[in-house]
Amino acid sequence: MSLLEIRNLVVEFATAHGVFRAVDGVNLELAKGDIVAVVGESGSGKSVAMLALMGLLPWTANISADVMRFDGQDMLAMSNAQRRQIIGKDISMIFQEPMTSLNPCFTVGYQITEVLRQHLGGRRRSHQARAIELLQQVGIPAPESRLRAYPHQLSGGMCQRVMIAMMIACQPKLLIADEPTTALDVTIQAQILDLLVDLQRQHGMALVLITHDMAVVAETADKVLVQYAGQQVEQKPVAELFSQPGHPYTHALLNALPERSSSRLLEAIPGVVPGQLDRPTGCLFNPRCQSAQALCRTAEPPRQDGVLCHFPRVGDDTASTQAVIEEGASV
Amino acid sequence: MTATSSTANISVRRQQWQEFWFYFSESKTAVAGLVFLLLVITLALFADIISPHDPAEQYRQFAEIPPAWMEGGQIRFLFGTDYAGRDMLSRIIHGSRLSLVAGCIVVLLSLSIGTVLGLIAGYSRGWVEAIIMRVMDTILSVPGLLMALVLVAVLGPGLLNAMVAIAITYTPYFVRLTRASVISEINRDYVTASRVAGAGPLRLMFVSVLPNCAAPLIVQATLSFSTAILDTAALGFLGMGAQPPMPEWGTLIAENRDLMLSAPWTVTLPGLAILLAVLAINLMGDGLRDALDPKLKRS
Amino acid sequence: MTEPLIKARDLHRHYPIKRGWLQPDQILQALGGASFDLHAGRTLAVVGESGCGKSTLARLITLIEQPTGGRFSLAGQDVSQITTAAAKRQLRQLVQIVFQDPYGSLNPRQQIGTILGEPLLINTNMTTQQRRQEVLAMMGRVGLRPEHYHRYPHMFSGGQRQRIAIARALILKPKIVVLDEPVSALDVSIQAQVLNLLSELQQELDLAYLFISHDLSVVRHIADDVLVMYLGKPVEQGPCEQVFAQPRHPYTQALLSATPQTDPSRRMERIKLVGELPSPLDPPPGCTFHPRCQSAALACQQQVPAIRSYGDVQVACFNAQN
Repeated sequence: MSLLEIRNLVVEFATAHGVFRAVDGVNLELAKGDIVAVVGESGSGKSVAMLALMGLLPWTANISADVMRFDGQDMLAMSNAQRRQIIGKDISMIFQEPMTSLNPCFTVGYQITEVLRQHLGGRRRSHQARAIELLQQVGIPAPESRLRAYPHQLSGGMCQRVMIAMMIACQPKLLIADEPTTALDVTIQAQILDLLVDLQRQHGMALVLITHDMAVVAETADKVLVQYAGQQVEQKPVAELFSQPGHPYTHALLNALPERSSSRLLEAIPGVVPGQLDRPTGCLFNPRCQSAQALCRTAEPPRQDGVLCHFPRVGDDTASTQAVIEEGASV
Repeated sequence: MTATSSTANISVRRQQWQEFWFYFSESKTAVAGLVFLLLVITLALFADIISPHDPAEQYRQFAEIPPAWMEGGQIRFLFGTDYAGRDMLSRIIHGSRLSLVAGCIVVLLSLSIGTVLGLIAGYSRGWVEAIIMRVMDTILSVPGLLMALVLVAVLGPGLLNAMVAIAITYTPYFVRLTRASVISEINRDYVTASRVAGAGPLRLMFVSVLPNCAAPLIVQATLSFSTAILDTAALGFLGMGAQPPMPEWGTLIAENRDLMLSAPWTVTLPGLAILLAVLAINLMGDGLRDALDPKLKRS
Repeated sequence: MTEPLIKARDLHRHYPIKRGWLQPDQILQALGGASFDLHAGRTLAVVGESGCGKSTLARLITLIEQPTGGRFSLAGQDVSQITTAAAKRQLRQLVQIVFQDPYGSLNPRQQIGTILGEPLLINTNMTTQQRRQEVLAMMGRVGLRPEHYHRYPHMFSGGQRQRIAIARALILKPKIVVLDEPVSALDVSIQAQVLNLLSELQQELDLAYLFISHDLSVVRHIADDVLVMYLGKPVEQGPCEQVFAQPRHPYTQALLSATPQTDPSRRMERIKLVGELPSPLDPPPGCTFHPRCQSAALACQQQVPAIRSYGDVQVACFNAQN
């Protein structure tokens, strides 16, 4: 049985310029021990979808879904109080900015034991030993003395470790990491990613990794969701995604990476991600798509084999893609 | 080419104005404050035409007549008359002139001096900053009205001296506000970019940094405007500001103080005028802050 | 060989940190001895983690700050010899900068036309009309449309803002542009557009780029030479291809292996760096990298390794493999 099942999640915001659909039909299914990456550029709705699951969106957001089920419980029918029982205990989330995610007024030890007290009960002091054990687990040297440190006395990497320690304190079944390493240096990023994967293996957690970095995805995830302008355009196992991207956006995104380029000029994607006021008709990617046809500009694309496209690319070979495009055009 | 881009310029400005108005008009109280303030300004501008009587004209036989809606009131003197038979309505209308002018001058003086000193302090740091800020702290350490009283005692009573004195007591707030914004803005990349382009200190201070500190200053200026009216009235009441027979609101209350029990309208009506004007400006200031605060902007 | 546009020799910069009354100031060594040449039409990438002195180097080269030691010359003129304001102004026009954060580097209260015209207003005697022509021409060159002239920065996306910042840097026709992490705040698809624009402009105008970045895949793509810094000191420098193909300093190796790759065949065995960057206020003795280095020997803890040449590559390490 799947741990988390989301079908057709839609999140809309009421703004000064009318309704803005930030997340448009996202599906996600993951089992215990899965590592799923959600990739997309800024404005693709990747964080919003996960915040909606956590119930952390402001009141202007309107959330709807066909199914939103976690560990056998229906999240849609749940009251706020029931949801709070789950959030932080069974589902936790770490954020991009480790420095601002920790409260600067309290010591690290206070903040960790507070989480434990909140969800497990008892006195804060009785959780001291567990807090030290947690800090040890996330690789913080001399954890006893670090308990008395304030967040500003720690580096960014250390703060992110403390955040992770807090989030795994109640042994969650699902950990959502929202750009956990974007604010960190490469060598620290490598340490944190290794730590996350290690913890995930040890505890059998499911891990959702939200990121914009394709290379991070390639090295950590099992399964990848690609989002574009709020829509989920592709969903594939990681190896397949990188060898045979099905959606033209994924293909273009991979080709735009400097490390995949052999010439001096990169294969850039022209234009920008559409905003609230300039959403195109038909396929949302059509103004930037090199293989867009007339059909793409008028009709919304169907989901074929996990790819939201009228003419998904088949295989590695450009020739076969061409054949499909021609075939599609003649239909 | 030039014609099209200048129309583009106008439309950009209009768009910004529309955006500002959208956020400002979200607060109904702010709009109400603005409407009332506009009313007061109109009264002040056309005081000679609107007011039914000359504010200094003494109708001796009609002294201490109550307002028209009270028993014994006359429709001729809508707000009644004072001890010398002068029409209260005309005096209050003419008083709005003095109060608005006093508020404007006080704010302009303290805003300009305070902004310049704050810019210098925030930009130069070091001992220049220390001197400016310690002087400002000294002014702040004496209660505002007391400080103004002392200054007026030195300069001599009168409306102009009262305004200067009040302006001095307000300056430190503007200095502190400007300095704080300058310090946070000066290290931003766009200032460094100007510096790399060769901009001198004056250009950096006034062209690059100052416009970005304007929003809190505008709000502070609006709120100071109302307190300036209040303080001018207070000094007038204490006999240190505008001198009788000038129909300044505070002075009106002071000269009718003895009639508080026998003819209460002579003090309550000018008091009400002060209250409403100050309230209107404060409401507008709050709306202004919401509209100018970039944190609330959703774009 | 022509004269290099930047010739830096043993550049130092330290900052005094006040510790309170009557206590001696602490010295923060932000940059401890960088030497390099940069020729027209070439790109030198400066690589390292935060706190390695990259940004300090940028501030020295753009003349925002003075070096506390060493010397450098711009286009053959020794910077420390220049004292008159006019000559300084001349020199300043040679080198411009593009910042990392396109949201903070443009004045939010100025229109694009004003932002781009400011350097011309300060440094030239052009009339308003001439300035306008110049600005519009530059806007066209970086891919902005004329109707953007009167818009404000907040109406633009990150990528377009970075184009504006590039236009501002180029409007004085500099020979050197310091690019301080110009694409790290941008999305991948936009990053490629901006990198392409930078490459095109470099070819067209024969610009020298000092490209500061922490993203090694971008550096590998755009740079000709690379300078790897650790805690204010260069540890390895040389032609980009050679350094990437055969990193000799353990820090460069660790940095390369930590960079995630999409291509499984390029992936290296990850060298785990233990611990974090030491405080620059209290750098370790000897080689500053030794507490985190896997192959540190006794000598590394006591002596500062001298820079040794291996062909075109210079490495500051006792154990550098040939």
